[in-house]
Amino acid sequence: MESLALSLVKSFPALSAAPMWAVSLALMVTAGVVVLVFALTFEGVGSLVLRKVAGDIQARIGPNRVGPNGILQFLADGVKLVLKEDLIPEKADRFLFKLAPYLVFVGSFAAFVVVPFGVGLSPADLNIGVYYVMAVTSLVVIGVMLAGWASNNKWALLGGMRAAAQIVSYEIPVGMALIPAVLVAGSLSLQDIVRSQGGLLGLFGWNLFHNPFTFFSFILYFTAAQAETNQTPFDLPEAESELVSGYNVEYSGIRFGLFFLAEFGDMFIVAALATACFLGGWNVPFFNAALLPPLWGNLLSLGVFLAKAFLMVLVMMWVRWTLPRLRVDQLMRMSWKYLVPLTFVNLLGVSLWLLLFRGKGIPQMIASVFG
Amino acid sequence: MLFDYATVLVFIALGAVTVALMLGISRLLAPSAPSAMKASTYECGEIPYGSSWVQFNIRFYVVALIFIIFDVEVALLYPWAVVFQRLGLLAFVEAFIFIVILLAGLAYLWKEGDLEWVRSLQEPPARKGAK
Repeated sequence: MESLALSLVKSFPALSAAPMWAVSLALMVTAGVVVLVFALTFEGVGSLVLRKVAGDIQARIGPNRVGPNGILQFLADGVKLVLKEDLIPEKADRFLFKLAPYLVFVGSFAAFVVVPFGVGLSPADLNIGVYYVMAVTSLVVIGVMLAGWASNNKWALLGGMRAAAQIVSYEIPVGMALIPAVLVAGSLSLQDIVRSQGGLLGLFGWNLFHNPFTFFSFILYFTAAQAETNQTPFDLPEAESELVSGYNVEYSGIRFGLFFLAEFGDMFIVAALATACFLGGWNVPFFNAALLPPLWGNLLSLGVFLAKAFLMVLVMMWVRWTLPRLRVDQLMRMSWKYLVPLTFVNLLGVSLWLLLFRGKGIPQMIASVFG
Repeated sequence: MLFDYATVLVFIALGAVTVALMLGISRLLAPSAPSAMKASTYECGEIPYGSSWVQFNIRFYVVALIFIIFDVEVALLYPWAVVFQRLGLLAFVEAFIFIVILLAGLAYLWKEGDLEWVRSLQEPPARKGAK
């Protein structure tokens, strides 16, 4: 983005009077607002699509009253949440109670910084991209735990502790399952990881097809990430039949809405990471986007990335409404006894493959046989 | 480089401002009629019994401890993954030894029963027909 700021100053001489940091700051805030609007829109529309998908899968209609086919339902929900009374229980720890939504929302939104939306379209292409996402989404755990503790409510406390135990348990497999993508690319930057999957018609270069182990680590990642975002079958923290609503039971109005928004934000982050690390990110299958004029190439890659990410979100919703909920001991067993050892062995498998075949994947070998 | 991290700071600030803005709008628009009943803790409609800040299951603590061990190790494997293709065999052997030690630790935890969520002090009585 630094180069963008420089070229902006060059092409608009009027700007050169302003100090460089002001131009940069304006640029960053613009990028931030664009991504924020995207994130909020996604979170709103996502909540509607979630319920429509639920309706279809469970042979119901779903929301259909507000607007044609209920497509304005999410706006109605937003307005309703803003207009609701904001209650803080008398016995709650007021400071922590108010702090929790900030941590949850900021942790979820800050992860959007490194998402590689398209060719050169990351708000910031950090050289520690994957690592940064892992670190910053951990803020959400702290927020959830604070929310549960500060409410001084037995349901909230149990829900918060469960959520924390679950999220940290599944953070290990999530982190381990992303390492194969880093191994293949030799970089933590998400743009570099996407670029490393560019060859072979933009489809067979994907890490998904690189070798059997990377294919398997995609499945491991997807399973663990489903749990990390508290989706059914792993939605024990808010098991409504036993814990009423879990850590956010005492929250009302827009304060509750913020937890809700962050949850959908996390869903997009998971889908975006899966897309960038395994599904070729913004690489367009069977088409070289570099052939188009610069702006059109960027837009095409943006569209392809979003299409892949939204498809992943739909698959997550599909899984969510298809499988029954696990029991808490099954949940812990799933993580520590199956996913963790499997991701370890899988990681060794990937690294052994890269060592034996000098970093070449199966599609590359087939391509080299046919010249 | 610094430019990228400045963007991160801007995003974090923007997120916090958004939350504050939403809460502010809600404060302007939403009704406020507090009462003792509304401010009491929700306990399924019953009169709340005592505080909730009490002892809870020790298993949560054990899970957190196990998590820290493995998380540190994931953090260590990331830089290893970046340079792996340059270092080759040596890096593989080192990671292999490292992971085998960790798996041995996991096997120990497993044997000790620390990975079980429900853990009773006595052995459950053998059921009829069980293997």
